Amino acid sequence: MKGVFDIIGPVMIGPSSSHTAGATRLGKLARAILGEAPCQVIVKLHGSFAKTYRGHGTDKAIAAGLLGFSSDDERIPAALTIASAAGMKIEFVKDDFADVHPNTACLEMVGKSGRKATVMGSSIGGGSITVTKINGYQVELTGEYATLITIHEDRPGVVALVTQVLAQGDINVAFMRVSRLERGAEALMILESDEPISHQAYDKVANIPMVKSAMLVPPI
Amino acid sequence: MNRFSTVIDLIALANKQQQSLSEILIDYEVEKSRTTRDKVCQAMDQCLTVMIKAVENGKNSREKSVSGMVGGDAAQFGEYMKVNGLLGTVTQKAILYALSVSEVNARMGRIVASPTAGSCGILPGVLLAVGEALAVPREKIVAGLFTAAGVGLVINEHASLAGASGGCQAECGSASAMAAAAVVEMADGTPDQVGQAIALALKNLLGLVCDPVAGLVEVPCVKRNAFGAVQALVAAELALAGIKSVIPPDEVITAAYEIGSLMPQSLRETSEAGLAKTPTGQVIEAKLYGQTK
Repeated sequence: MKGVFDIIGPVMIGPSSSHTAGATRLGKLARAILGEAPCQVIVKLHGSFAKTYRGHGTDKAIAAGLLGFSSDDERIPAALTIASAAGMKIEFVKDDFADVHPNTACLEMVGKSGRKATVMGSSIGGGSITVTKINGYQVELTGEYATLITIHEDRPGVVALVTQVLAQGDINVAFMRVSRLERGAEALMILESDEPISHQAYDKVANIPMVKSAMLVPPI
Repeated sequence: MNRFSTVIDLIALANKQQQSLSEILIDYEVEKSRTTRDKVCQAMDQCLTVMIKAVENGKNSREKSVSGMVGGDAAQFGEYMKVNGLLGTVTQKAILYALSVSEVNARMGRIVASPTAGSCGILPGVLLAVGEALAVPREKIVAGLFTAAGVGLVINEHASLAGASGGCQAECGSASAMAAAAVVEMADGTPDQVGQAIALALKNLLGLVCDPVAGLVEVPCVKRNAFGAVQALVAAELALAGIKSVIPPDEVITAAYEIGSLMPQSLRETSEAGLAKTPTGQVIEAKLYGQTK
């Protein structure tokens, strides 16, 4: 059974938990996955998001999330202006991704250092979200847990090396998923943990030779 | 741990431990989130603060929502009730506060989803109005919120709190039942009377569809929050008078689930039928989005 504050809560900026609060969280999680402030973003909106985004302030909510704001931040209504003043260029376009959740957005981001990431996710109700794709990889990520993401060589032993580091740091893995685009090339792994993942553990994972890159995403 | 799944479980726990339902819920949350009683009560107190601020911000504002469909009714009703009225102060305040919070939500202000954003005016509307009428200390309103949460947890377990799965009965219906339960406890009713209030309130909103104009949380949502608040008061008064629902609360909740499942998808938050597809609803939608669906 859920908790008391799943019923009385969240505290949020209206008008819609899925189209506003969830959209903010999606933007914030996308920014965390990019790992730095984005300076150029194309937001592709699908389904109900595409149809009702102006009335629900979904565009403002996603911009607020990209600025790092939380879903109860009273600056959300002004987020488009704040983003543009901060030099963050955000373009919203309507798209159709066919067979996905009706409240889906795809964020193509370029960061300040030139780093790029593409994050697709859905707002699945009550402010909860699921990121379904990162840089083309199929994933399933809620943003409710401390998360470690690795992009690594698709070879035996890498998964064990990473989980060993977490075990040594006394970090319990709650959920774990591995996916890849093709066999033997590059793979992506997502580990969600109950405990915060320390920078020390992160550094150790990032230094594993077969790990090409690693991202540490705090709970959103 | 205080384990419960139904309203009857909650009442049995309260009777067995000689505690109010809010105490059962506080203990439940303390154990579930592995934290202290103080922290849990403080978190709920903060929710109450957000609710009070939303009422304050909403009741004098005439600002419109982004779409322009709603905004300003709370202020207008506030002016009216200063000199007019048939319903009496508690009911009028519940209407005023519920409208205020729902309008704040529609114009992108800060609210507590209780249980959802679309139904966020009912609980603060009712609890703050009754709190003033009974002159109860703040802790008792906070306690009422815990009791309300317990009702929401049970409904979420056996039916739904989302308009997309159960129509508006799942949102405003649930909120109204939650508020009715809280009022009975605030007025020192028995746990059994709390159960009756839940049944009476939810029963009356069974079958309510979710057909918002242009898909936005505005029409009919804002005004419906006022109605949901008033009917929570009716349910609470009936229960406090000792009147019983013929159908017990848990069976009403099961009925809500069944009715939600039978409800066509076009009337579950998709805006494909009902008010959304009235001639006026379509004109508004066309104006907002440049075309009809």
